[in-house]
Amino acid sequence: MNVPNPARLSLLAAALLSAVSTAAIAAPSCGTNPVVMNVYFETGFPLPTELSKEFTKQFPNVTFNIKEDLFATLMENSPRVLAGDNPPDLIRLPSISDLVKDGLLKNLDSYATAFGWDKYPPAQLAQNRVADGGSPRGEGSLYAMGLNYSMTGIFYNKALAAKIGMTKPPETVAELEDLMAKAKAAGIAPNIMWNKPSVGLTFPLQNLMGAFGDPGAVNDWIFQHKGATIDTPTNLTATQHLENWVKSGYFQDDINSVDYATAMSRFIGGQGLFLFDGDWESGNFDKAMAGNVGFFLMPPAVAGGKHAAMSAPLTYGIGANAKNADCAAFFLNWVATNEEARKIDVAIGGSNPGGPTDLPLPAVTPGSVTEQTLAAGNVIAKDNGAMDFIANATGAIYADGWTPALQKMVGGREDAATTLKDVQAEYVKELSR
Amino acid sequence: MTDATADRSQKAPRVSPKGGSRGALVGWAFIAPGLIFYGVFVLVPICISVYYSLLRWDGIGKSTWKGLSNYIEVLSDSELLQVLGNAFQLVVYFTVIPVAIGLGVASAIRNHLSGKFGTVARTVLFIPQVIPLVAAGIAWSWMLASNGVVNQFFNLIGLGGITRGWLGDFDFALPAVGVIGAWVLLGLCTMLLVTGIARIDPSLYEAAELDGASAWDEFRWITLPGLRQEIGVCVTVTVIAALASFDIVYIATGGGPGVNTTVPGLEIYRLAFAHRQVGLASALAVVLMVLVILVVIPIQWLTRERK
Repeated sequence: MNVPNPARLSLLAAALLSAVSTAAIAAPSCGTNPVVMNVYFETGFPLPTELSKEFTKQFPNVTFNIKEDLFATLMENSPRVLAGDNPPDLIRLPSISDLVKDGLLKNLDSYATAFGWDKYPPAQLAQNRVADGGSPRGEGSLYAMGLNYSMTGIFYNKALAAKIGMTKPPETVAELEDLMAKAKAAGIAPNIMWNKPSVGLTFPLQNLMGAFGDPGAVNDWIFQHKGATIDTPTNLTATQHLENWVKSGYFQDDINSVDYATAMSRFIGGQGLFLFDGDWESGNFDKAMAGNVGFFLMPPAVAGGKHAAMSAPLTYGIGANAKNADCAAFFLNWVATNEEARKIDVAIGGSNPGGPTDLPLPAVTPGSVTEQTLAAGNVIAKDNGAMDFIANATGAIYADGWTPALQKMVGGREDAATTLKDVQAEYVKELSR
Repeated sequence: MTDATADRSQKAPRVSPKGGSRGALVGWAFIAPGLIFYGVFVLVPICISVYYSLLRWDGIGKSTWKGLSNYIEVLSDSELLQVLGNAFQLVVYFTVIPVAIGLGVASAIRNHLSGKFGTVARTVLFIPQVIPLVAAGIAWSWMLASNGVVNQFFNLIGLGGITRGWLGDFDFALPAVGVIGAWVLLGLCTMLLVTGIARIDPSLYEAAELDGASAWDEFRWITLPGLRQEIGVCVTVTVIAALASFDIVYIATGGGPGVNTTVPGLEIYRLAFAHRQVGLASALAVVLMVLVILVVIPIQWLTRERK
């Protein structure tokens, strides 16, 4: 009686084995029952909504209950929304460290294994990794995914460029500065920028930092590595170049009172040569100034050097207690791998869709600025020059560090050295609290 | 006397010992809705803020007791002190200008502008008061932009040299915000003072004129004392508006350039929601409340009705 029947045993073993292997193969999905996804998107950016429409078309049992807010509002609301009774299945996340610290975001490691995200280029996921306890960022478990991966550089007005004899993008910072000087001499505003209510000069500044120094060191600071400082000799060189641009009149003298929308309409209106901005505007520019706009990356300090750029994922996470977490993870995977989704990602979002390296990039209109920004993304990947945004180092470093410091530099109230010292002091103060 | 007592006991039975407690009860019942509302939405939040100000808390996770250290930080951080200083500078624009102009307008309306023209003037001056502060902030941001109507006007009259993006200029941003506040609050002050001046007995002015008093004498010795209470209300409301300002600054400048227009209201909001330092934000809020009370009490005392 006690001796087990060998035939039975082998049957049981087979059943167990098949159960285990099915579990390993069947990745999480949205199932076949009706699912209403509770999602929280960013106002002004149609990409996620367009993606959700396409998703419903392909998976009719899934519909989306979309709530939207402005980025700043999201920044303030996300902790409370995630801590509430009905946490979103998908949420646009401005920053993730604090949310991880408070246990509000779902750990995506098991999804990463199930869907094979862990085989994507590591740099793609690094910015969404957070160590236990919320710091440092850039390592540890995965807590969010990018819908796409945007990047900043320099847009230029082709008609104005032709006027000053610019035939090809500059190859060094010195050449770029030479072009600015030529524009200024020709009575053309060299740069269109905004510096209110939060500063836009962080864009040229950070890309200058990448041109003169090691982008990895900038990332260490953003990811809150112990002892990291922004006040380094190469960053000082970068900041001094920016200060010189201000003093030379390469920015319009009212930029401290110019907001993003105004700067955008000035550039589209042909009021200046260069605009430091991100590829999320590529689609917009291809429509608004078709054929008259080009893009290049911040050139390196020396010819032939490596390129670096601020580059960040369009970060979306899943609430720790979200009801449809599996379906949300399936959606994130679908965005990165589905052909139609990747097309929408590029056409509407204007940025690189990321995902597995063996998938081709969706076709774009030849000669469009979107084509140029996508190509630039490959250069950054090859040069390993991606940096997260220096404004994301802490929750308030943008509002209370960079913004006042760079506004003061523009107003001639502070020099480059003091700017970096101020920001570093604010960083240390915030991390000590 | 007896009649009166009998009369009172008939007409007002509530004063009898038994009815007294019932009367008190009815009284309490009448004020209960307001009192409950005030307690739940004002007193309780104040107490909670005071409690939060003693904690270190990000608003979601665990909190730790910090005693008075948040207050020490508020009172020793040079930037937070500058922020408080900005608020006191705004008092000049939010209070002095509207009250002064309001007094002038009220006197003028009394003297010369009664009738239709006076009504129109009052209406025009009061309109800013009904416009939401956010809308006022946006409209003024456009007007004060480098290509806005303010600069267009300066260009027109040959003062093109002084044009600039006013709200982004280190020297002029705070005064520019002050001008927006003055414009908004002028209506309230004018309305109150015009109503108040109509209450002053005209025979006083007639008597003064008969005695040969000048317009200034009338203003100094009749109008000003007669408007003491209205001025008190204007000053109190506008001082609080200056010290606790938020909307206009948030919309017009976001606190910049640098921290030149950052006011306590904006900083409290940033500390709570961007820094996620609910304790520090509450401490600054409590300090601001105490400052407002300290400023308002003497104003109330100085402008109260003298017997």
